[in-house]
Amino acid sequence: MTFTRRALLKSGACALAAMTMPPRFLARVADAAEARGTILVAVFQRGAVDGLSMIVPHGEASYYAARPSIALPRPRRGDATTTVDLDGFFALHPALAPLLPLWESKTLAIVPACGSPDITRSHFDAQDYMESGTPGVKSTPDGWLGRAAGALPAARATPFRSVALGAQLPRILRGDAGALALRSLDRFEVRTTSQPAMTQRGFESLYGEGVRDLLHGTGRETFEAVRMLKSAGAARLTPANGADYPRGRFGESLRQIAQLIRADVGLRIAFADVDGWDTHVGQGAEQGQLANRLRDFGAGLAAFIRDLGDRLADVVLLTMSEFGRTVAENGNRGTDHGHATTMFVLGGSVRGGRLYGRWPGLAPEQRFESRDLAVSTDFRDLFSEITTRQLAVPASTALFPGWTPTHAPLGLLG
Amino acid sequence: MSRPAARVAIALLPLVLLGCAGARESVAASPPAIAALIPDDIAILHVLQRVTYGPRPDDIARVRALGVSAWLERQLDPARIDDTTVEQSLTTLPTLAMSIADLQREYPRPDAETQRKFASGAMSPREMREQYPIDKRPARIVAELQTARMLRAVGSERQLQEVMVDFWFNHFNVFANKGEVRWYLTAYERDVIRPHALGRFPDLLRATARHPAMLFYLDNWLSVRPGYTVQRGPNQGRRAGLNENYARELMELHTLGVDGGYSQSDVTEVARAFTGWTIERPRQDARFLFRPGTHDFGDKRVLGRVIRAGGERDGEEVLDLLAAHPATARFIAGKLVRRFVSDEAPPALVERVAAAYATTGGDIRALLRVIFAAPEFRAPDTAGAKIKKPSEFVASAARAMGAAVDARGALALARGAAEIGEGLYEAAPPTGHPDRAEAWVNPGALLARMNFALSLADGRLPGVRVDVGTLVGGADRGQPNVVLDHLLAALLHGRASEQTRAVLTAQLGLPEITRLTADDRGPANTDVAKLAALVLGSPEFQRR
Repeated sequence: MTFTRRALLKSGACALAAMTMPPRFLARVADAAEARGTILVAVFQRGAVDGLSMIVPHGEASYYAARPSIALPRPRRGDATTTVDLDGFFALHPALAPLLPLWESKTLAIVPACGSPDITRSHFDAQDYMESGTPGVKSTPDGWLGRAAGALPAARATPFRSVALGAQLPRILRGDAGALALRSLDRFEVRTTSQPAMTQRGFESLYGEGVRDLLHGTGRETFEAVRMLKSAGAARLTPANGADYPRGRFGESLRQIAQLIRADVGLRIAFADVDGWDTHVGQGAEQGQLANRLRDFGAGLAAFIRDLGDRLADVVLLTMSEFGRTVAENGNRGTDHGHATTMFVLGGSVRGGRLYGRWPGLAPEQRFESRDLAVSTDFRDLFSEITTRQLAVPASTALFPGWTPTHAPLGLLG
Repeated sequence: MSRPAARVAIALLPLVLLGCAGARESVAASPPAIAALIPDDIAILHVLQRVTYGPRPDDIARVRALGVSAWLERQLDPARIDDTTVEQSLTTLPTLAMSIADLQREYPRPDAETQRKFASGAMSPREMREQYPIDKRPARIVAELQTARMLRAVGSERQLQEVMVDFWFNHFNVFANKGEVRWYLTAYERDVIRPHALGRFPDLLRATARHPAMLFYLDNWLSVRPGYTVQRGPNQGRRAGLNENYARELMELHTLGVDGGYSQSDVTEVARAFTGWTIERPRQDARFLFRPGTHDFGDKRVLGRVIRAGGERDGEEVLDLLAAHPATARFIAGKLVRRFVSDEAPPALVERVAAAYATTGGDIRALLRVIFAAPEFRAPDTAGAKIKKPSEFVASAARAMGAAVDARGALALARGAAEIGEGLYEAAPPTGHPDRAEAWVNPGALLARMNFALSLADGRLPGVRVDVGTLVGGADRGQPNVVLDHLLAALLHGRASEQTRAVLTAQLGLPEITRLTADDRGPANTDVAKLAALVLGSPEFQRR
């Protein structure tokens, strides 16, 4: 019989007390190779990234007409300050140039007009919908990655099956299967100025065998995780293959996700977020505010891929943002809340080096509500295809309740 | 043994120990002499755990002196309780008394030009700090609110009021980081939530509906009649329309509850009724304004009733209708019972509280009286049934330790709560922070609680002063068992489980805890701080 801790909880405290706690950690296989599963990493660009600056549609005259001061120049071969051409129509922002080798090696695929069917332009509503996976429905209690975790086989679950880098468990990972939120691997321990080992043993005994309730069960799980992390030496793994992560929270998050992957602690789903994309004012072009954020973003992704080396075969990384930004620049040389944006998919099994989904065009009559890039790929189409393929969750799993695919699969993963 | 007698015994202990070689054993053999509570005290302890942010060292005695019922009645009438000490400490926070207009003026966002210069690198971070000092930035407003919340949680004598302010703020949640809300928060809590926290629910509901914080947070200020074309400003000529966000949450989260029997058509009709309820000059003084030009003057049909009051009265009528609805009575009753009794609210009690709502027109005090008098509330298995949420844990730990907390310390406590997962004023969704065990019990959060306990007990939190010596009543540190007994009495009031007592007793055998002096001859020096941290991190202390 397998069940999750949280499912047990729901059956009530009395029932819980009567049952035996499943020896979930003991079931962990000793053979690390067998413990390796495929891994999905989700990265949320909070604040609505300007997709038109990530992937510049330099073949669109409307793009240059709408953005007199913040458009990015057409690519010129050999000039590092211009955009980096991909296919004669789209080009990477110069700050994303570290991703070009990944495009060329077909590790990077791009979905240039992805988003939500819901028309809200509220960051918080749109993030909520993209995390719950139910646009327009607020009452959904869990998140779609949480539901994906719930569909994974429980038998080999470790405390590190689903991990979010951050202080709080994000909505996207909430669910009955449980998930771990942690700020940093090397701080995931009992922290005290004196006698940390003795103190840890003290706390651990307080939550030791004997009492079967949520608190004690979680306490045991906590120290299992602490010990597992320590013995796997995850926090001590230095970046491999010369990977050089940018300083800052995003680079740190990806570096630590790579540590968890390389340490074989049973990671299947990881989540990180990165903010600073809400560029209403002074967005900049080749240089400036957005260029700085993108430089950090591109360098982080490139370092992550390099760090993983051969392990990349098991990993897919998906980027997302709650919506895009207006096609036209506003009166403050920035952009306002829009609709569709660009999402990246990277990984060993990705059929990369190409764009997926129809390009809606930027001419005024092609825009959504005459102002924004229209959505041609529902985010649920993209997320669902990647998740079911990458994590092999059963097709019957309602990752996105109330939704049926509107497209034939994009065919992103080989 | 009554409490005063226990005090005498504690005070006398060192004297007894000095003169009597056998005393160590006899004391160790009779920990209940210190820890035991009489049945009345157990009831008092339970009431304190539920009605306050956790008992302080003297609280049981103080409630006993007054009698539980009289003490509860006082808590229900907070204006009669002197609270000058905490009021005094709040005067160091200038933003608390300021108006929205003052806050917008004194704590502005950087202007567009400054932002552009900073973003482009034309202005260095140092120049930015000089031109735009950190203590004049909008983030300061939220930091002072967090500080005030924890100062009051730890130090206010009006504990029930503070618990209810937290409860209702969370019920009518708004999020500090959504747009203009951070400049409205101070007024929202001070002028809307606090005055009605123990008042009448319909008044509270009406006050939230008209406040810029709610109008902005749930977008009603943007909601206009269908087909309306924007007349002025940057969006001139744009066709705008209904925004259903407030209408939906008003019914789902503020009044009827998600199963309260409303339909999508009711949501749309309620949204029509609230068209024109907006904010005048949102970036200056932000006042409520009814703008007839954007109001939908047609009839509305809400929950089967036709509303044709016309104009601003439409929204008022919807609020009256919702506030008087039986589903609202049940929803509010259920949420209160979940807060004060248990995660699985006993249905019979919910019905009785809902009935009180109906007969009193939503008098919050009346509802609380029904709960406090209920056998379900006093039942033995209700004690300890709730897991403290992070802010409750942090405040209760400071209170139990008898910590002296200044403004800096209160902010450190708020940051501690955020580290464990509850950022005050930082719940993004309209549901607010959850009030259920499973939301707060996970490995990262539990570890964060233990690490908070260590920081607090070790005296590593800036602005939080703890005196472990006082905590153990001056017990001789050379007598580890005595120290432990005092500690368990002070922090867990003798409610330690066998397991916890056994574990802590075993810890006493460790040289790290019972450190010998350097010459190895003098008395052992029990590491009280470490023991206290273990107790604060124990399963028992996570419950209330």
